[in-house]
Amino acid sequence: MGRPLGVVTLLALAVGLGAAFGWAPRDAVQGNVQRIMYLHVPAILTAYAAIGVAFVASLAYLRGRDPRWDRLAHASVEVGVLFTAITLVSGSLWGRPTWGTWWTWDARITTTALLFIIYLGYLLLRSVVEDPERAATYAAVVAIVGALDIPIIHFSVEWWRTLHQPATLLRPQAPTMAAPMVATLLLNLAATLCLYAFLVRRRMRLAVLEAEARARRWR
Amino acid sequence: MDHWGFILAAYGIAALLLGGYWWRAERRIREAERALREERSR
Repeated sequence: MGRPLGVVTLLALAVGLGAAFGWAPRDAVQGNVQRIMYLHVPAILTAYAAIGVAFVASLAYLRGRDPRWDRLAHASVEVGVLFTAITLVSGSLWGRPTWGTWWTWDARITTTALLFIIYLGYLLLRSVVEDPERAATYAAVVAIVGALDIPIIHFSVEWWRTLHQPATLLRPQAPTMAAPMVATLLLNLAATLCLYAFLVRRRMRLAVLEAEARARRWR
Repeated sequence: MDHWGFILAAYGIAALLLGGYWWRAERRIREAERALREERSR
């Protein structure tokens, strides 16, 4: 499963990049810099998915104490933090030429930064608590509470006056972009979701090996 | 108004972060597998 998923991920990324730079039209207002959107939007949607998976896995862990759920939550948060970082960096690099600033305390951007900090805290917490079971329990609580930030991020552009534009894809009405742009966005979203699944599988494989090594040391 | 430098920086940093994470995970997997194999063979 690992290798086929890796091949599919590579192909999906190649197709996504090809579409972003070769097929999607140049934006009439922003010019080519708008192509950062094909990285920025899939990155945050993948981060949402990663935190969503961690939320469900953490609930399942607290319910049954099965370490496999904890491993899934941990791996998902690690990869989710990575995609959140990419969202923040790519957003900043997109904001500078279009808004004239690298950073602004806008509700959408600030709550996204908060998501990054919460789940960085999750990873830090896991590394400082020595007992693996206690670490897993505390981390599960953080993962569940932290996920409440996702609806706040998503609706922040509706609830507050923000510089950030409203939702592009996840909205009740049809997208206002040209069809090739929407298709390119969806292709890149599929690619980043494949990459997320691939990285989580590899991270879980590492967690299994580390757990086995720990168990052997205790014998 | 094209700003190719910003575009390259965004995609380049993403590739570095994701590629670096994957590379480090694979290296740790190989090390852990080797350590376990050695321990089993003892």
